[in-house]
Amino acid sequence: MKIAVCIKRVPEMDGTFRIAASGAAVDEAGLKFDMSDFDGYAVEAALQMTEKLGAGEVHVVSLGPDIVQETLRKALSMGCARATQLKCDVVPYDPFAIASALAAELQGGAYDLVLFGKMSIDSANGAVGFMVAELLGLPMVHGCSKLDVAGGQGTARREIEGGGEMMTFSLPAVVSIDEGIARPRYPSLKGIMAAKKKPLDVKPAQLGPVALTVERMELPAARPPGRIIGEGAAVVPELVRLLQTEAKVL
Amino acid sequence: MTNVLVYAETRGGQPRKVTFEAITAARQLADQLGGAVHVVVAGPAGVEALAASFGEHGADVVVACGHESLVHYQPDVATALVASRARSATYRAIVFSASAQGKDLAPRVAARLRTTLASDVTSFSLRGDAMVVTHPGYTGKVIQTLKLVASPALLAVRPGAVAAAKQPKAGTVEAVALPELPSARVTTTETVLGDTKKLDLGEAPVIVSGGRGLKAAEHFALVEELAAAFGNAAVGATRAVTDEGWRPHADQIGQTGRLVSPDLYVAVGISGAIQHLAGMRTSRCIVAINKDKEAPIFKVADYGIVGDVFEVVPALTAAIKSAKQGA
Ligand SMILES: Cc1cc2nc3c(=O)[nH]c(=O)nc-3n(C[C@H](O)[C@H](O)[C@H](O)COP(=O)(O)OP(=O)(O)OC[C@H]3O[C@@H](n4cnc5c(N)ncnc54)[C@H](O)[C@@H]3O)c2cc1C
Repeated sequence: MKIAVCIKRVPEMDGTFRIAASGAAVDEAGLKFDMSDFDGYAVEAALQMTEKLGAGEVHVVSLGPDIVQETLRKALSMGCARATQLKCDVVPYDPFAIASALAAELQGGAYDLVLFGKMSIDSANGAVGFMVAELLGLPMVHGCSKLDVAGGQGTARREIEGGGEMMTFSLPAVVSIDEGIARPRYPSLKGIMAAKKKPLDVKPAQLGPVALTVERMELPAARPPGRIIGEGAAVVPELVRLLQTEAKVL
Repeated sequence: MTNVLVYAETRGGQPRKVTFEAITAARQLADQLGGAVHVVVAGPAGVEALAASFGEHGADVVVACGHESLVHYQPDVATALVASRARSATYRAIVFSASAQGKDLAPRVAARLRTTLASDVTSFSLRGDAMVVTHPGYTGKVIQTLKLVASPALLAVRPGAVAAAKQPKAGTVEAVALPELPSARVTTTETVLGDTKKLDLGEAPVIVSGGRGLKAAEHFALVEELAAAFGNAAVGATRAVTDEGWRPHADQIGQTGRLVSPDLYVAVGISGAIQHLAGMRTSRCIVAINKDKEAPIFKVADYGIVGDVFEVVPALTAAIKSAKQGA
């Protein structure tokens, strides 16, 4: 089983966000970066599949400037076999531009599965995986919380509002991973050492046309600071009064 | 180039609330352009009967594909239907809902048409040859204004961003046959739903959400009872709770769960971790009940009560019941 996982480097969300001087980007100073949450689940799911089979290998691909090599090395230290950076100095916002570059790289790679996280945690579009599938002419199942693959066939459960959909599909396929499927492992010291020697190729990203751009970024209006109205069940009548007369939500 | 195409989401042959929101959004765009709204709907035989309700919300034409194989959402069929309709005529925009189904379909259609899309948009307007939209990024910590220069412009509109409105139009049915697919590639074999009589988290005006402070699955009865007292509430949970298996994953609210924005969000025994706040921070009014007055949830709560959930929640349930009776 040969699996490719496409991963993205994103800021950690618990940081304090500021807008850069351009007004159209986030100021990266002071933010910490890591692999996007769902991509971590996808890497873990891929590793577990090959480990269970005792065969195959996992490749990771990331598009972006040289700093994404950090994220690729992390995936290598978790156990992936090789990494590819699709180099571009600025990652476009447009998902089709990105998907075109990924599809060009994955085409001809003879992968049984191409995995994505369900969405990147920064833009939350969840579009790139679908577009890669479409460009490669492969089946796509999105947001899997359960996934079984055997004999060229896959079955999956994907999460929808209030429930799930059970899907079957044929391989090769593109699958995006929801959380719940596998908690990502922490790289071991041995894994980190081994990762340094694993192949990391750098290729120019063959981006598609860009039709969607960020014009402006703003911080949302701040919520008024929280207010504790009192202690214990005794304040319940006051709460109900506030909900009726002040918040007017009752 | 003044017409707008919209995909009408159905589940079990019935439209969802977001379906009418998407049609209303398409109507707004079409009115701005002076064009018509065409709706594509797929479902089991008889699905064309929905055309009347779509017409009420502003659909001029309803392109209906009814077939016994379409009881469940079938992504490959829906993609072929919307894409072939989009190719057969000129549309300025194609609108989807940014629901689980719409988010699944919109990027497939976009790539089939070799174009892009703006996802999860909270507002949209046409400005010359550009579609300008807003989109919450970085788990809602940043609002992005995006410019989309493509025609058709594909949009997935965030549930709740547009209020469904009635604007009667003809809703003329055009039946289409099941498209022929190269081979069935992805098949939905079953739609597993929890209690379908329950309000969906995305649609409920009130959400009562429980955290680890409830200490055991059976204590969620407290949360259920409070939700029942409101009468218009859904029940949510934190990841700590879904990880424990006290509630299904579908109930999880937060960065990696559902993003919700109800009128009232009641957080019961929830600490208010950043990842949880990411999913509910935009709620209009937040109430928190937690025994730890330092809990971060109190930083965003409009009304916080420091106290034991086992004491405060039953009292609140009783008070809401009597307030509702008095109303
Ligand atoms: C990558 C990542 C993604 C995540 N995504 C999500 C997500 O989408 N959604 C999410 O919710 N979490 C998410 N988390 C987890 C998140 O960080 C927190 O761990 C989680 O939200 C905590 O849930 P909790 O508030 O129920 O539990 P806790 O943090 O354990 O809080 C329990 C609270 O209950 C209070 N309490 C205890 N007993 C009582 C009592 N008798 N009466 C009143 N109060 C009481 C305590 O004071 C405490 O504040 C994510 C974490 C990571 C790392």
